[in-house]
Amino acid sequence: MSNMKATRDAYGEVLAELGAENGNIVVLDADLSGSTKTAVFGKRFPERFFNMGIAEANMIGTAAGLAAAGKIPFVSTFAIFAAGRAWEQIRQSVAYPKANVKIVPTHGGITVGEDGGSHQSVEDIAIMRAIPNMTVIVPADAAETRKAIRAVAAHKGPVYVRLGRNKVPAIFPDDCYFEIGKGCEVLHGTDMTFVTTGLMTGQAVKAAELLKKEGISARIVHIATVKPLDQEIILKAAGETGAIVTAEEHSIIGGLGGAVAELLAENLPTPLKRVGIRDRFGTSGKAEELLKYFGLTAEDLSEAAREVLARK
Amino acid sequence: MHKEKITHLEDIARNLRVSIVKTLHKSQSGHTGGSLSAIDMITALYFHKMRHNPEDPRWKDRDRFVLSKGHAAPAQYVALAEAGYFPKEDLMMLRRLGSHLQGHPDSKGTPGVEVCTGSLGQGLSMANGIALGLRLDNSNSRTYVILGDGELQEGQVWEAAMAAAHYRLDNLCAMVDVNALQIDGEVAKVMNVSPIADKFRAFGWHAIEIDGHDMGAVLTALDKAEDIKGKPTVIVAATVKGKGVSIFEHKASYHGVAPNDDELNEALICLGCFED
Repeated sequence: MSNMKATRDAYGEVLAELGAENGNIVVLDADLSGSTKTAVFGKRFPERFFNMGIAEANMIGTAAGLAAAGKIPFVSTFAIFAAGRAWEQIRQSVAYPKANVKIVPTHGGITVGEDGGSHQSVEDIAIMRAIPNMTVIVPADAAETRKAIRAVAAHKGPVYVRLGRNKVPAIFPDDCYFEIGKGCEVLHGTDMTFVTTGLMTGQAVKAAELLKKEGISARIVHIATVKPLDQEIILKAAGETGAIVTAEEHSIIGGLGGAVAELLAENLPTPLKRVGIRDRFGTSGKAEELLKYFGLTAEDLSEAAREVLARK
Repeated sequence: MHKEKITHLEDIARNLRVSIVKTLHKSQSGHTGGSLSAIDMITALYFHKMRHNPEDPRWKDRDRFVLSKGHAAPAQYVALAEAGYFPKEDLMMLRRLGSHLQGHPDSKGTPGVEVCTGSLGQGLSMANGIALGLRLDNSNSRTYVILGDGELQEGQVWEAAMAAAHYRLDNLCAMVDVNALQIDGEVAKVMNVSPIADKFRAFGWHAIEIDGHDMGAVLTALDKAEDIKGKPTVIVAATVKGKGVSIFEHKASYHGVAPNDDELNEALICLGCFED
């Protein structure tokens, strides 16, 4: 995997492109524009870029007002400060009125690394997913991020797009197809299925290679849009392979694993293992160390696959 | 200011007060005191100051209004109905299942409502965003927002106050309905927010202090706000909770309580309607 790029870097680039294409796009940040990469847009379109200072609640409300005035606001900060600090503003001022606000935080999950547990959002997908009218997207790589951000700009209504800090391997080609609400089969397999989101899809690709050596044929279904969930592709995989492992850089409570568990329990009970952070806060360390520490590596996914296969 | 104009607006405000108590009596749910304290300012905005078109609620050159103290929704609803945004009969469906008149303002259903409010502290931020958006479009439209004094206890209000001054939003005018009471009692005792005008001035605003029930003073302050350039203006309006109906006046207990049959009759007498 030589082609490495952070999803936040792709976001910064595509946002500036969209700014040139659509004069209604405005961007708000809360003193983290260098980290979230919205500074790229800010430099090119200073009159449409609003640094709101370290005041996330007001930033979300301001974005809702800009949307009410016909603008398409993209709002960025770290995931914990967007989804966490400003949750009620997102609920009341954005989701309830179906305001056309795009909340695109970076630094989701534990791969934030050294900053530690205070800065690592492990529950943002769950709390965003619980809000009516909200769409939740977690791209796997830079190419998909570019496509997702373009789709989000064209979509009418509130969206939460969770991006990451670190470079991640390319999974998708530059001209990949992206549609909000559609999952995609990254690898066809017949024995079990990894249902993954965000950077864990890359880990699943490695895990499938490990399993192949053991004669296990793993399918990978990448779910960029955690809500609304592509039920069809997951139920099809459950029916055809009979065993599911979900994986996300997020708590196993309420995120993709939760959503898939709800879907399968009600429609097609299937042996399931949720790989994710097991109801704990993050901690300081290097991103790679943390993936290992929290059990989110290809080896952990392979082990989970063996476990569900044994329950088939 | 023409005396006839003021008298005309005072008449409208009196009629809207009647409409508020009748609406709340019918719904048997809603916020009486804070609706009556804000209605003079709302009357001045909808029937004098704001450019708006009930025939075309989304008219792009309209002035915008945000009721940040969303629990005073009945006051906005009666003004919208009187202006012609929707039939007055709709008021009798306030807070009922299926009605577009939700307990707190909902932009999805009610013509003339710009944003959703009700969770206190969020309206000034949204008003700022609208004002920023209008400025980006080189629009001459102005944005008005009414906050409650208790609402100023929310920290987000001060984040927004800072931002409005930082971005020099002189197309924004905030009005604070200082009725001095909140659900649990006197604002000064629950969590003092005074001195309000000085706080806004310290944040970089132009502040005007008036009697919020003196229609002439409200109109003068609104005109003055339009003349202030380079900074937002706040009109800090001293009001009486329940104003116009003596049995409701100065009573925190009528914050979130609708009038019963006897109270409706007494209110209508107070307001000069000698109905049964």
